Amino acid sequence: MSSRRVLVTGLSTYWGGRLAEALEASEEVEAIIGVDSRDPTRELERTEFVRVGTQHSLLRRIVEAAEIDTVVDTRLIIDSVWASPGRAHENNVIGTMNVLAACGGPDSTVRKLVFKSSAHYYGCARDDPAFFTEDMERPHPPRTSLERDIVEAEAAVADFAEKSPDVSVSILRFANVLGPDVRTSHRALFGLPAVPVVLGFDPRYQFVHEDDVVGALRHVVHADLPGVFNVGADGVLALSEVVALLGKRSAPVLPPWGTGLAAATLRRVGIDLSPEMLGQLRYGRGLDNRLLKATGFAYRYTTRETVLKLAEQLRLAPILRGAGEPYRYEREVEEFLRRSPHVNRNRGRRREGANGRAAPVAGYEDLEASELGTLLGSLEPDDLTALREHERATGARVDVLAAIDAALAAR
Amino acid sequence: MDRGGGSTLDIAPEGAAAARDRNDPRTDDRRPAPASGRSSGQAPSAAIELREDLRRHLPGVEPERRLSDWGRSERIEGLVDRTLTDFLYHHWFRCEVDGVENVPAAGGALLVANHSGALPPDAAMIAKAIREEHPHPRPLNITVEHFFREYPGFSMLLPKLGCVAAHPANVQRLLYDEESLVLLFPEGRQATRKLFRDRYRLRRFGRGEFAASALRAGAPIVPVCVVGAEEAAPIFAHLGLLKRLTGLKYLPLTPTFPHLGPLGAAAYLPAKFRIRFLEPVRVDGGGDDRTAVQTVAEEVRARIQETLFQMVGERDSVWL
Repeated sequence: MSSRRVLVTGLSTYWGGRLAEALEASEEVEAIIGVDSRDPTRELERTEFVRVGTQHSLLRRIVEAAEIDTVVDTRLIIDSVWASPGRAHENNVIGTMNVLAACGGPDSTVRKLVFKSSAHYYGCARDDPAFFTEDMERPHPPRTSLERDIVEAEAAVADFAEKSPDVSVSILRFANVLGPDVRTSHRALFGLPAVPVVLGFDPRYQFVHEDDVVGALRHVVHADLPGVFNVGADGVLALSEVVALLGKRSAPVLPPWGTGLAAATLRRVGIDLSPEMLGQLRYGRGLDNRLLKATGFAYRYTTRETVLKLAEQLRLAPILRGAGEPYRYEREVEEFLRRSPHVNRNRGRRREGANGRAAPVAGYEDLEASELGTLLGSLEPDDLTALREHERATGARVDVLAAIDAALAAR
Repeated sequence: MDRGGGSTLDIAPEGAAAARDRNDPRTDDRRPAPASGRSSGQAPSAAIELREDLRRHLPGVEPERRLSDWGRSERIEGLVDRTLTDFLYHHWFRCEVDGVENVPAAGGALLVANHSGALPPDAAMIAKAIREEHPHPRPLNITVEHFFREYPGFSMLLPKLGCVAAHPANVQRLLYDEESLVLLFPEGRQATRKLFRDRYRLRRFGRGEFAASALRAGAPIVPVCVVGAEEAAPIFAHLGLLKRLTGLKYLPLTPTFPHLGPLGAAAYLPAKFRIRFLEPVRVDGGGDDRTAVQTVAEEVRARIQETLFQMVGERDSVWL
């Protein structure tokens, strides 16, 4: 089933916004509706925002009225630095149950549910395998409240999947995210002049680039992939390797015994280390990411490249600071843009080329030259000819033209 | 001309179709997993098919990196190999190696050896023997009890030297997916607690988990016998009281430890090492067949024990 009418819960989280943005670009999605209790944080073109929390009766009315077929739940709080345990529990467990209640029922229009979860599901312990596969469970029950909440939320989703056989339920467990744009507590950690580490430990770390997170969510929305999938970039790095790639030094300020105490002291000076992070700094974690790759998803960045991208950004950060006004949601403006008959909705569509000419193939403008191979292989000769004209008129990249010519010659 | 589908690149059609077939059973069918290890709820053939498919998706090697995904560092390993291990192998233990050609030159294989002594040097000597004597030397992955990951320093160093935690999933990935050599001591922690008077008497081989791993991966088992390690690091007693006082898990009394300090734990007597690799035991069939697992485990144990007695009987001197 291909998703046409999508509800994004948690639109105002970073991921909700990014996903809505990505979905707007695909024509087959005809309606995107986002809900959250706060204002959106990204400028969106055709996504409809409804300010509502996770009250399931309200959600249910939205789902029914808009004939939603796909619900993407991006609300999960996965970093205990950003929210108090109480709020996290409210959001992660109670909120998830409400969203599920809004999707379920015999007469529900929902056919697909995508749940954004986290590798914190597996925890971090001494007895962990080096690579968690999706069918593994954590060796010990969760110790931190956040991990407990995530396990509980996933259990609720799994239970929902079992009870609603006609809804395709996908759970994505993401490794730690890094990227130039997203703010995570690991990014804050790596932004420090020296990276605090636990003395005598060199944990294994796997990251995933923010663009790959959005890509994976979009991939699951477009394809039909019930089941659980780990999402983590290729390659598991030792923390020492990460620190070296960032061009920093590590500071073994956390003693192997009494780590929690030392972390509490660091918290006083403004370095926030969550209990989950302390676990990772000691034991690390690796995910087996092959199942999602086998479904046809290709990562754009390896873990190493993700760290290098961050290093670039960290070097630029002092220069870019304050540049660019952050987006502020103004309801009246957004309403006007969406509803007024005077707005020319064809203006400045993303899909258009540099000269205002639409590319003959959707998504073409978003691709780098090196990524065109697969696309070219899948096109008909007519489209290739059109693409060649388009490329000549807009970018006229020599290597791209040569690639198109080669693809044409191969027919 | 706009073709509408923005996601031409996202989904390789054959991949997606395969995934759909595979995922046909609901989410929950894929997770009746026991606390550790792979799912056993699937039909074995389906499980093997699935893994066959996944092997192609192992992450590629990034040449810029100096560590493997397991945390292994060729640089540090080489450094230790050229200095300490080299000295121990050639001069201190004067290793004598027999039957190294029984270690396959390609494909996954599980090496199973007897184990002994405080801070046992046998694993390093077996790895070195393959590196030195084998016509096609290959790196050996040494499985170590999980509790090393708790100890500062060890937790950092051992993975760099090619040690991995002895988790069934780790063994499976190394043997089957990465087709590499894995060394395993089925006696486990029991062996390092063995006292000197019990030398060369094999302990129970766990629950035969090693044989199940080999069967699951379809990898041959190469039994390895090491003579000399018991005398190199004998344990006379365990210091119960001191152990309780310090909270350490393992505190043996050896000729040099604890009275010579922590370094005393790594002070070995210069016993002569004799390492013999036996003919591989070929295995086939799944790892879920308990009878097959126990049969293979018992066979391997019997061969090692028999050869050990034979080797001890043959040697003239412990030291020469």
